[in-house]
Amino acid sequence: MTEVKMKSLRDAYGQALAELGAENENIVVLDSDLSGSTRTSVFAARFPERFFNMGVAEQDMISTAAGLAAAGKIPFASTFAVFASGRAWDQVRQSVCMGRMNVKIVASHGGITVGEDGPTHQALEDIALMRVMPNISVIVPADAHETAAAVRAVAGIDGPFYIRTARDKFPVLLPEDFSFTPGKGTLLREGSDVAIVACGIMVSKALEAAELLSAEGISAAVVNMSTIKPLDEELTLSLAASAGAIVTAEEHSVIGGLGSAVAEVISENDPVPVVRVGMRAAVGSSGKPDELLNKFGMTTEMVVSAARKATGMKKEKAPGRSRTVLSG
Amino acid sequence: MQKTRDIGKLKEIAKNLRKDILRMLHTAGSGHTGGSLSAIDILATLYFSRMRHSPDPSFSGPRDRFILSKGHGAPALYAVLAESGYFDKKHLMTLRKMNSILSGHPYSPSTPGVEVCTGSLGQGLSIANGMAMALKLNKTDEKVFCMMGDGETQEGQVWEAAMTAAHYKLDNVTAFLDNNGLQIDGVVKDIMGIEPIGDKWRAFGWEVFEIDGHDFGQILDALDKADRTKGKPSLIWAHTVKGKGVSFMENKVGYHGKAPDKDELDRAMAELDAA
Ligand SMILES: Cc1ncc(C[n+]2csc(CCOP(=O)(O)OP(=O)(O)O)c2C)c(N)n1
Ligand SMILES: [Mg+2]
Repeated sequence: MTEVKMKSLRDAYGQALAELGAENENIVVLDSDLSGSTRTSVFAARFPERFFNMGVAEQDMISTAAGLAAAGKIPFASTFAVFASGRAWDQVRQSVCMGRMNVKIVASHGGITVGEDGPTHQALEDIALMRVMPNISVIVPADAHETAAAVRAVAGIDGPFYIRTARDKFPVLLPEDFSFTPGKGTLLREGSDVAIVACGIMVSKALEAAELLSAEGISAAVVNMSTIKPLDEELTLSLAASAGAIVTAEEHSVIGGLGSAVAEVISENDPVPVVRVGMRAAVGSSGKPDELLNKFGMTTEMVVSAARKATGMKKEKAPGRSRTVLSG
Repeated sequence: MQKTRDIGKLKEIAKNLRKDILRMLHTAGSGHTGGSLSAIDILATLYFSRMRHSPDPSFSGPRDRFILSKGHGAPALYAVLAESGYFDKKHLMTLRKMNSILSGHPYSPSTPGVEVCTGSLGQGLSIANGMAMALKLNKTDEKVFCMMGDGETQEGQVWEAAMTAAHYKLDNVTAFLDNNGLQIDGVVKDIMGIEPIGDKWRAFGWEVFEIDGHDFGQILDALDKADRTKGKPSLIWAHTVKGKGVSFMENKVGYHGKAPDKDELDRAMAELDAA
């Protein structure tokens, strides 16, 4: 692959948030003593009267954000993904989701690429925890440009959103003027033998994998499925129909995340093989992001072998099976 | 309903609200009787004497807000909302039933006048703070009231919120502590003591007004004092009686989550009528 540009998702968030703040004075921001890390500090410096540091109190932060929303503000609440999804789960559920409050939770430090901070700080369950709650949409952007676009988009849509950013820099995949539509996956590469449905850091690895697979004669489609809830069912089912085998790839537990969401839709509508790439170990460990992705199997090679497995399963399961292609 | 500071009128209103609470709980066949009766005098004062509010969705004047953090006291909230005209009183008899607008605990999407969802204890004061922050940004003098149970203050989030309100000088927040001394498993001081509770709130930066939560004069007076308190939030520490108004329910742990049966309802009604 050619030289890629690396950009920080959290920087993109901080920048987009500050721009939004200038455009709309109803935007308010809350953080729990992690504003430097989540990058809400950029907004805080420009709009101190609309920034609320809640101290190390994530539960209070989330319910307070719900109150701000109830009184007409558009609150963005940020902390690490482990704390937003785990520590404050009941507050997200009752204070925010049940009443469909207009709260945007943008959590940084998602996934294992948190790195050196180790297992306690690596959010590998947050997509599952957020996805199961009522009324909330869940977005895992693939790069910095998509992050900025998603933050802008959700600010203008009433209702709760969870957006996961990352500590590490991710390769830039999408154009700077990318226009984001929640609930819509983006087909990045066409392919007919297998479809790789990925989110976050795994999208760039999926593209690399597709390149390697083509050398083996396997034609792999690649989709950036950044909205995990509501899942783009139409696109997912059209991939099942056209490729007949699916690989999912995410920086998250294979339980409850993107892989589960895709498998749910596929198994209920058009069962084809679905092979999940993601975290299979119980917990991570300390290390550098790349070392950790390698150790725990969230790699290009893993996507390649999952694609081989999925295409193989397709042949075993349904020799000569003719597939109906979905219309429309 | 016209706002009133007439204590005789407030007493009459509260008596009728108690009857509504008992009737709706009896019809529902389940629900939280004791904590609804301990809170109702304060709710009656807020909705019929103090708060600026209107059931008219197009109402655009200054609007004060109330959050029932102890969400299991929903029957008390529903009684004042119905009496205020947010929905027809006939709905009270559908409490907790299929397709009712009145859920077992406050659920804002289905009930006019209910601001937010509560029931999982400990979240309401944080929500009240958020509203108060927004109102301050809007530079209005609208106020936010919140009611917590004494058992509820065992939740850690309550103290996070207590810190927040003081830190951000939310003098537009007035919280009530419904200090009825009981929770589900027994007496608060036996389960997990909260004393010295007034000192705790003071230490967290609040102005504390200690009152008898069934004395309308004292409730009104404390609300006036809270109004005049600037630069910090106010806690109205209300000593109350769980099950207040029905002799055989008063101070009885057993009536926390028990609805009156027919015999209990009849006896309770007779007592209230005679009072
Ligand atoms: C987070 C949470 N834990 C437990 C419960 C179950 N619960 C309902 S009421 C209650 C006791 C509350 O006691 P108190 O706050 O004193 O209420 P009151 O006496 O006014 O009824 C409990 C434990 C709950 N609703 N929420
Ligand atoms: Mg109590």
